[in-house]
Amino acid sequence: MMVSVLCTSALVPGCSRKDAGGPAGSLVIAGSTALQPLVDQAAKQFMANNTRVQITVNGGGSGAGLTQVAEGSIDIGDSDIAAEEMPGVDASKLVDHKVAVVGFAVVANPRVGVDNLTQRQLIDIFTGRLTNWKELGGADQRIVVINRGKGSGTRAAFKQWALRGNEEIESMNVDSSGEVRQTVAATPGAISYLAFSYLDDSVKVLNLDGVAPTVENVTSGRYPVWSYEHMYTKGDPGPLAKAFLDYILSDAVQKSLVTRLGYIPVADMQVTR
Amino acid sequence: MSDRLKDRLATAAFWAAAVLVTVLLAWLLAWILGRGLRYVDWSFLSFPPSNFEAGGGIGPQLFNSVWLLLISMLITVPVALFSAVYLAEYSGPGFFSSAIRLSLETLTSLPSIVIGLFGLLVFVNFAHLGYSVLAGALALTVLNLPAMVRIAEEALRAVPSELREASLALGVDHWETVRRVVLPAAFPSLLTGLILIAGRVFGEAAALLYTAGMSSPDISFTELDPTSPRSPWNLLRAGETLAVHIWKVNSEGVVPDARRVADGSAAVLVLVVLLFNLGARWAGRRMSRKMTGL
Amino acid sequence: MSKTGPRPGPPRLVVGAAAVLVVVTAAVVVFIAWRGLATFLVNKVHPFEFLAGVVWRPDRPAAEGGPLVGILPFLAGSVIVSTLAVAMSTPLSVASAVFVTEVAPNWGLRVLQPAIEVFAGIPSVVYGWVGLNVLVPFIRNHLGGLGFSVLAGALVLSVMVMPTIVGVAVDALKAVPLELKNAAYGLGSTRWQFIRYVLLPAARGGVLTGVVLGLSRAFGETLAVQMVIGNTRLVPRSLLSPAVTLTSGIAMDMGHTAAGSLWNNALWSMALVLLATSFLFIVVIRLVGGKGAAG
Repeated sequence: MMVSVLCTSALVPGCSRKDAGGPAGSLVIAGSTALQPLVDQAAKQFMANNTRVQITVNGGGSGAGLTQVAEGSIDIGDSDIAAEEMPGVDASKLVDHKVAVVGFAVVANPRVGVDNLTQRQLIDIFTGRLTNWKELGGADQRIVVINRGKGSGTRAAFKQWALRGNEEIESMNVDSSGEVRQTVAATPGAISYLAFSYLDDSVKVLNLDGVAPTVENVTSGRYPVWSYEHMYTKGDPGPLAKAFLDYILSDAVQKSLVTRLGYIPVADMQVTR
Repeated sequence: MSDRLKDRLATAAFWAAAVLVTVLLAWLLAWILGRGLRYVDWSFLSFPPSNFEAGGGIGPQLFNSVWLLLISMLITVPVALFSAVYLAEYSGPGFFSSAIRLSLETLTSLPSIVIGLFGLLVFVNFAHLGYSVLAGALALTVLNLPAMVRIAEEALRAVPSELREASLALGVDHWETVRRVVLPAAFPSLLTGLILIAGRVFGEAAALLYTAGMSSPDISFTELDPTSPRSPWNLLRAGETLAVHIWKVNSEGVVPDARRVADGSAAVLVLVVLLFNLGARWAGRRMSRKMTGL
Repeated sequence: MSKTGPRPGPPRLVVGAAAVLVVVTAAVVVFIAWRGLATFLVNKVHPFEFLAGVVWRPDRPAAEGGPLVGILPFLAGSVIVSTLAVAMSTPLSVASAVFVTEVAPNWGLRVLQPAIEVFAGIPSVVYGWVGLNVLVPFIRNHLGGLGFSVLAGALVLSVMVMPTIVGVAVDALKAVPLELKNAAYGLGSTRWQFIRYVLLPAARGGVLTGVVLGLSRAFGETLAVQMVIGNTRLVPRSLLSPAVTLTSGIAMDMGHTAAGSLWNNALWSMALVLLATSFLFIVVIRLVGGKGAAG
């Protein structure tokens, strides 16, 4: 009985099934919040199958992931963009592993009254030329641009593929994908961008040039706002990191977890970059 | 307006201010505890956090808060105490004493984020401790030294000089007088001050963001190897504390029940602070009563 | 303390501990200055364009003219929010201090002072959390704007600095000599007249010290402000505009910048600016309150 009482606390994991042999050790992973849900779930499953492994998954943004893995303070850095494209990062020693594809959708507060934006309108909104939703046929509300911080890979990807490189106006910055969703849902007139993995009913998802942000439209190439999800190691991955990366690239993850969480397997893409 | 009337109005205004402050505090506590206490149960307090599913807890973070407090106090108290002894008993108008006072003023004015950044530079990177409990404890030490020194110095200075003089007149030398007479006499105030400061350390976050880190391994009390990342006692593992966790949960916003976790954590933190405050007062009163005559 | 002949010096343990204090302080100053000066010495950014520059784009590619590191929005945000916070907090704080010392010492000692001690103990993240959940929606729904604003930051800070101002003010009021009080009452003044014309002027130095200390605390606060201020790198144009402070700017960017890059150096320079302002506050406090008032 004592054992079962102790076992109710997760601080005593020795109660679970042990396996001798197999991978052991600890991994620290950090970076993109867009990729974080996938890595976190995969890590949980990996740890359940290999109880001598401890994997800690953090957010912080693509920039933080790349910086920290380049400095050697973490084992794997997650990023929404290639390391070479993130300013300030020394990419020379980093080894890339593309693990999935993620699409990014334009999201707005549910009451803005608009369903679709052309790319021109989108650029005008984010560069500050359009300031009220009524100019787009929607509600009479000031457009509130919510941006990610400058270390965000999501922001970099959005700027490159949706805004065609145009620099956004200075506006309210938030730290993470989750915070974007919360803030957009709560702020009237808000507009921002989110990875598919974060879309839910609390925000309104807008079409771009009449194309809906769906997995099919991304794989066929009709919806252009997407990027590869990278997991970087400094130099070649060590045995535990390699085991985990292999696990993520295996069918067990690619064919179930990836699609279930809103990502797209690299293999499904009909267009490449 | 007569002087009498003005006086009455002023009195009313002062009472209004006092009542406003008290009511504000009562409201604040009611809001925090009201919203959060309902989520606090054994599983919340012992289970590790979950990143993307509802139902996670704060077990490792709570432990880390306590562990970091203990380790940093172990370092802070001796340094602060003996520095205070110097200031209260031996200091004079010389250069060294002025340097000490200036150092204290400087450390007191430093924003906690700056101390955290110093910790990042020196403890995490330079000394290669990485994001660790030890780096966090050292940063906390730098942060709390001035407050601790000030409290200790006040406590020592409050000891009546008759005690010192009696001891010195009996031929006991200065240092032994300090050790055997002054320090014990100052003990109640020292303890009270220490408990109050401990309460503040428990809630510290800015200095720990980049030293103890923003994550914690799932620690396990059955882990016997103290160098394993799962060992609670490992000083070199990352040690996200409860206060940092609230900030992180809010800024990452991915946990579906982030509200619940943050509310519960805030309630736990405030409860602990209240306990420390009450504990300090109770300890102070009991000690003074035991040592009546001083 | 009477001296009875020459005393042996303090034992090494005691001197050592005090020396640790000095060494640690020196280390903090030296390290931060060393990293902070890199922006000017290595990256050759002109201090004036750093402090007065309005555009913060450390990631601007060389093709568009290279990185820009202007911290005026951060500086302005810090100054405006802190000053506003102290301005809002001081009347209530001084009134509370007077209440505790003059108007109702019993009630003050048993209720108000413990209450203020509890205020002091509440962690800053909790203040931020309350501000985020109560103040931001309130401001957004009733006053307009995003809710994340200078006003929200100032309100949160004003509550946080209140214990500091009250604490120092109480000490200052208690230090006013009793003779002044007896003289005033002896001449037939009312309590309010005593407070207004004798007590407060006499305690002015100490109270001002408390106010400056509060300002210094507000200036250095990081997380509570970051949660409610909106983190927008623009000089705020109104109370309801979102803004950014030096502290929140550092906290937001430090995690993802590489050591040695201009961006990282610029953040350390911001930390150096914070360090410099703390020294400035020490000087001001010494001028206003006398030596040792800040420690």
